[in-house]
Amino acid sequence: MTPELGYGMTLVALGLAVYGGVAAGVGARTGRLALIESAQHAALGVFALVTSCFVLLTYAFLTFDFSVRYVATNTNLGTPFYYRITGVWGALEGSIILWAWMLSVYTIILIARHRLGARELYPWALATMLCILAFFLLVMTVAVPPFQRQTPVPADGRGLNPLLEDTGMITHPVALYLGFTGFTVPFAFAMAALITGRIGDTWLVLTRRWTIVAWYFLSLGLLIGGWWSYHVLGWGGYWAWDPVENAAFMPWLTGTAFLHSVMIQERRRMLRLWNISLVILTFGLTLFGTFLTRSGVIASVHAFSQGSIGILFLSFLALVLLTALGLVAWRWDALRSEGELDAVVSRESVFLLNNVMLVAAAFTVFFGTVFPLLSEAVRGVKVSVGAPFFNQVNIPLFLSLVFLMGVGPLIAWRRASLDNLKRNFLWPVALGIVAAAAAFALGVRSLLAALTFATTVFVAVTIAVDFTRATRARLRMGESLLPAMGGLLLRHNRRYGGFVVHLGILIIALGVMGSHAWSVQTETTLHRGEAAELAGYRFRFDGLSAVEESNHFKVVGAFTVSNGRPLGVLRPAKKFYPQEQAPIAYVDYRLGLREDLYVVLGDFASDGSQATIKLQVNRLVSWIWIGGVVLTLGALLAILPERHKGA
Amino acid sequence: MKRIWRWLIPLAAVPVLALLAYGFRVSPRDIPSPLVGRPAPAFALDTLDGAPWSLEAHRGKVVVVNFWASWCYPACYEEAPVLERNWRGYRDRGVVVMGVDIQDKREAAQKFVGDLGLTFPVAQDPKGTVSVDYGVYGVPETFFVDRRGRIRMKHVGAVTDEVFRATVDGLLAEPASP
Repeated sequence: MTPELGYGMTLVALGLAVYGGVAAGVGARTGRLALIESAQHAALGVFALVTSCFVLLTYAFLTFDFSVRYVATNTNLGTPFYYRITGVWGALEGSIILWAWMLSVYTIILIARHRLGARELYPWALATMLCILAFFLLVMTVAVPPFQRQTPVPADGRGLNPLLEDTGMITHPVALYLGFTGFTVPFAFAMAALITGRIGDTWLVLTRRWTIVAWYFLSLGLLIGGWWSYHVLGWGGYWAWDPVENAAFMPWLTGTAFLHSVMIQERRRMLRLWNISLVILTFGLTLFGTFLTRSGVIASVHAFSQGSIGILFLSFLALVLLTALGLVAWRWDALRSEGELDAVVSRESVFLLNNVMLVAAAFTVFFGTVFPLLSEAVRGVKVSVGAPFFNQVNIPLFLSLVFLMGVGPLIAWRRASLDNLKRNFLWPVALGIVAAAAAFALGVRSLLAALTFATTVFVAVTIAVDFTRATRARLRMGESLLPAMGGLLLRHNRRYGGFVVHLGILIIALGVMGSHAWSVQTETTLHRGEAAELAGYRFRFDGLSAVEESNHFKVVGAFTVSNGRPLGVLRPAKKFYPQEQAPIAYVDYRLGLREDLYVVLGDFASDGSQATIKLQVNRLVSWIWIGGVVLTLGALLAILPERHKGA
Repeated sequence: MKRIWRWLIPLAAVPVLALLAYGFRVSPRDIPSPLVGRPAPAFALDTLDGAPWSLEAHRGKVVVVNFWASWCYPACYEEAPVLERNWRGYRDRGVVVMGVDIQDKREAAQKFVGDLGLTFPVAQDPKGTVSVDYGVYGVPETFFVDRRGRIRMKHVGAVTDEVFRATVDGLLAEPASP
């Protein structure tokens, strides 16, 4: 019954979405409000149906309903309760349901927020959203139906991919998809602006907070993905330039560029064409990412299984790009800027430079990701592009971007005078140089590390300079210190939210730099009772034990760690799942602000007399996660409704 | 003029789309196996029925070595009937299908063979040595061995009728000795 019910609801939802998209479009064109209202009702219906599908699938997972093929392939009787829920979106079919559901939620929020406010743009935005939603429902109907009947009903299922049995898996896909789907809304408004010819700033103002929300969730998704990679995959890193990581990173880069270029358009009426293009590019890249992960075109550790879905996605990507760019061509004359760049040394040009670098970074990542395909198409040779390429090209770009992050917010609009530069940047530059000298004195010999450190300090000081100056101005007005600072944050929440996000990025940059420059590792085989040393830590091998879990069997090693004084016992393990050929490593670690201890169990003698282990002391990695928390706070501050100025 | 050239903007997307479309024609999973063209590693195993089976003993025939497992759902379940059907169709023409079950429990393997009604020889690879020799990366993988004992093709994923027939027909058309 469940498969048919679910499939039926998907079909009805698809019909409603198509109807709603057409009704909203026709309503917008003819000005018939009744049609637009009808489209809104259809959107509500779609939301209700997709929600029901999602609930139904979750219920099938919880009750081990193996008559549903998707349930049988992704869970088994041993799967713990918690992972039966995350299993719902653990594979291809479920991820599309989650995606469609989030889109329907965003559509409802769009209706609630903009129904009354933006009469001209809103109906077209709604139509765009519903069309995109219809596409995902089409995928759910024809390409990867989550509700497919399994006959005969197996006695037990295959089980979830063990790597996904992790708490990060509840939040990582959710955050990532909220980010991906979130960019649909700015795209929808951009399309509305192009269709109606109202290319002014209205669509930007309307989508400003949407963009921040989407950007934030995408950042969060990337960070949680990094955390998952770090503590689950057991190679000691958090980012591998894997095609699928790149797929999520590219829209992040162009989305970041968009967040910044918007400010120039608002302030100086410049870059209209650029902004529209960035939105199209960002949304296109989210689709490209989905395509890449699900089409099986490029090999990756994260890839879902493949099928006809790839062709469907590629066709949709083609439709979206050709339509959007066609609209751009149609509105070409209107898109040209009113303002002009006055001087090279100005905030506009710094922002422009930031945009060019972000897009260049996105392009290199794109190029590196599709290069294997290009090489095979042109030369017939299989190649792979690894981390060295990406690092070599991107590290200088990112370092420059961090530098610009200090310059941009403080330099004057239009034309910066020497006086303006001196007033704002004398201290930051001086302290940055001092920081580099201090790092050198402390024994840092890596140029890159010293440079990163100096740049970070420079940027942090610019933020401090700005904040102190603004607080002082308020103190002169007679406010006392704390209310002055708090009031500043709330009154100018967008500006200071941005600053806090910048601080978060700085902290992440330090973490990345530290982990690259100073982490150490070793691999060794120990007999029981023997100890290995690394970076002042002693790891003593105390023995192995075997444990039977509900859906797997695991061998756990015990390693006593000390650095002069005892620090505790680390218990890395190897898990053996019946449905997997290779055992899965279970890393044990001890996080610290300065360094993490990280132990991976390799081969072992079956009598427990010896074991091979990989030991790592990873420096400053925790700061990446701390930076993520700071970034969250900043994004929250920036999203708060803007207070009215004055008073 | 201006009005004309701006319509070229959408064309910018075409090369990228074309490249991605090309991606469907190739599979990143086709990891070129260094074994293709080389002599197939010899192995001897006991089948589930207890009979000894060795690759050496089938020199002169086209041998299809299929690596599978009962937990490999759904791909192995999809291809087993294909293998069975073609084994029945080709066995009289000097073709042998051999199923090597890896990392599996004996009862589960027997149930799989029984449920799907497989009649071609199936053996377990208890120590995993055969799958290591053949560089098996995942299941199912299938190796086509020609009559001179060389691996001529490696197929990753479920074997289809088309793949089986095209490959085996090609190998049967070749002379048995150089």
